[in-house]
Amino acid sequence: MSKTKNASAKKAPRAEWELRLYVAGQTKKSLVALQNLRRICDEHLPGKYEIEVIDLLKNPQLAAGDQILAIPTLVRKLPAPMKKIIGDLSNAERALVGLDLRPAN
Amino acid sequence: MPGSRAPANRGRRTNNKPSVPRALEKCPTGIAGFDELTQGGLPRGRPTLICGGPGCGKSIFALEFLLRGALHYGEPGVFVSFEETPEDIRKNVASLGFDVSSLVAKKLLVVDHVRVERSEIEETGEYDLDGLFIRLGYAIDSIGARRVVLDTIESLFSAFTNTAVVRAELRRLFGWLKEKGVTAIITGERGEGSLTRQGLEEYVSDCVVLLDHRVNSGISTRRLRVVKYRGSTHGTNEYPFLIDQLGVSVLPITSLGLTHEASNERVSTGIARLDSMLQGGYHRGSSILVTGTAGSGKSSIAAKFAEAACARGERCLYFAFEESPKQIVRNMRSIGIDLDLPMRRGALEIHSARPSLHGLETHLALMLRSITEKKVAAVVLDPITVFLQSGGVGDVHAMLVRMVDLLKMNKITAFFTSLTGGDQVAESTEVGISSLMDTWLLLRNLETFGERNRGLYVLKSRGTAHSNQIREFILTSQGIDLVDVYTGADGVLTGSARIAQEARESVAEAQRRAELADRERQFEQRRAALRAQIAALEAELERDAVAIENARSEQRTREQMTVALRRQLATRRSTDTASDDSTKRPRKRNGRNEARS
Repeated sequence: MSKTKNASAKKAPRAEWELRLYVAGQTKKSLVALQNLRRICDEHLPGKYEIEVIDLLKNPQLAAGDQILAIPTLVRKLPAPMKKIIGDLSNAERALVGLDLRPAN
Repeated sequence: MPGSRAPANRGRRTNNKPSVPRALEKCPTGIAGFDELTQGGLPRGRPTLICGGPGCGKSIFALEFLLRGALHYGEPGVFVSFEETPEDIRKNVASLGFDVSSLVAKKLLVVDHVRVERSEIEETGEYDLDGLFIRLGYAIDSIGARRVVLDTIESLFSAFTNTAVVRAELRRLFGWLKEKGVTAIITGERGEGSLTRQGLEEYVSDCVVLLDHRVNSGISTRRLRVVKYRGSTHGTNEYPFLIDQLGVSVLPITSLGLTHEASNERVSTGIARLDSMLQGGYHRGSSILVTGTAGSGKSSIAAKFAEAACARGERCLYFAFEESPKQIVRNMRSIGIDLDLPMRRGALEIHSARPSLHGLETHLALMLRSITEKKVAAVVLDPITVFLQSGGVGDVHAMLVRMVDLLKMNKITAFFTSLTGGDQVAESTEVGISSLMDTWLLLRNLETFGERNRGLYVLKSRGTAHSNQIREFILTSQGIDLVDVYTGADGVLTGSARIAQEARESVAEAQRRAELADRERQFEQRRAALRAQIAALEAELERDAVAIENARSEQRTREQMTVALRRQLATRRSTDTASDDSTKRPRKRNGRNEARS
């Protein structure tokens, strides 16, 4: 498969945080989203995360599995329950709320 | 394995198919009636919006479009469901006789359930709906789909908070579907005061169909209207439609013109005397109305008409709204009309339904469907006034106008009965359709001398020099009879009054006859007497004649004797012979001889 494992997450065989970012090609939004995601993870989950980037242009059949409509979509596979965050994650506050890293006000 | 599959087209950049066909090509839906209404179906390669409230039949319409496309037109389809699961959909259409699983297995159908749950989604920053485009594109490419359904688009709006994005993406979606060259149906919920909640879809769609499910006095009616259709003419009226075991059927019946043929052929009324009153019967393809008060015999004339049609070898449909088929058969048998035989032969079908069972349009639709399916030549509706329970006069009138028009277009002779209320003017119909009718028979209860009798007359019959006489209408166990009523100094007499009058007349007649015979006898006697007298007189005359003859012969004898005596005397006196000669010759010779001498 074409899952692009993030190098920084390869240390642990199974990370505590398993994140999946769905993108469609190398668009500006996708790149911004990935940058933002890495920044948030490095800041809040250092060493505990694994990011899998799925390019739906290459693997369109994967869109159905996680019910992806919006691009980019970040799916928190682990820890359970599954969470979905859509958008380029430019709003870090909301992203943290979405990832349950900060309680919603 | 990147590259193992051709990359799906990126939504906004697809340009591998021509987006606009040269002439507007149409894509048949296979939905009964809809293709006629739109002159061919939906615009091919373009998105169509089907909108309506909940339960109006959007999804089933869209599904049928896909399923029929796959089954009958060899066009694979993708059904993107935002609400129902594939299992629900499979069950929903199984009742219509479609097998979703086998279509999926044959790669003629893809059912993709897109589940969107707002509570699970956190929005942060910019996004678009490329995921949906990719999914859809993948599904389309996987089976080479030509048809796509998105049911319903509202779910997208409820899933995302940023409606500006959704609106923009939706606009892009319509364009993208067009570029893909698929014929698409997008269903949408009806909004307040606008066709859709967002007020957007109707502008970006090439064709908009509005479905409506209205409930009037507890009876529901489904209606369909083509709101817009770019580049094509279409019927703009509201058309009733049905959803039943055969799927969706639209009935384009309001756009009929007055272009029907007029036949000169006559069909028997089933009643010989009525045939002669109408100069041979009803015109084929005409509409006949019988009005009358309760119990005046409307159904009997209708049944007779049906029986006669079946006897001619035609098919007849009898729509009864007050009695069950068995009841009608039994009742008609009591007046000598056998409807059981044609029913068993299949020539006659009696459809009984309470008017409150369906809305007017549904009734009309169901009736017209069975009429066109069965290829009937004669139809009876008994009675039409019951529809007033289910709709206003205007609605019933509109329905019947369409009914009459359609029947005429199909050259079906139609027989309507209408109940006149007791206090109503006889020469009017409650639903005001008399002007549509070609022949109007009026049945009246004639109440005289403490009894009621049935009277019938032909109020009008277009194109027929019909009789203007009131006939007494008699129902017997042998059938229906029409007899002349007694009209005289005492007015119109019917029933026993007529019979009494006839009896009185026959007594008077007998008397007159006896008198005449008497006079004839007297005359004969007198003639005989006079003849005897003549004979006596002739005998007398004969006697006189004989007497005269006798007298003449006596005279001759006497003269001869005189001559002989004179000769004797002359001989004795020895007179010369000359005087002897003179006595022998006639007087002239005597005179000459005397002069010579």
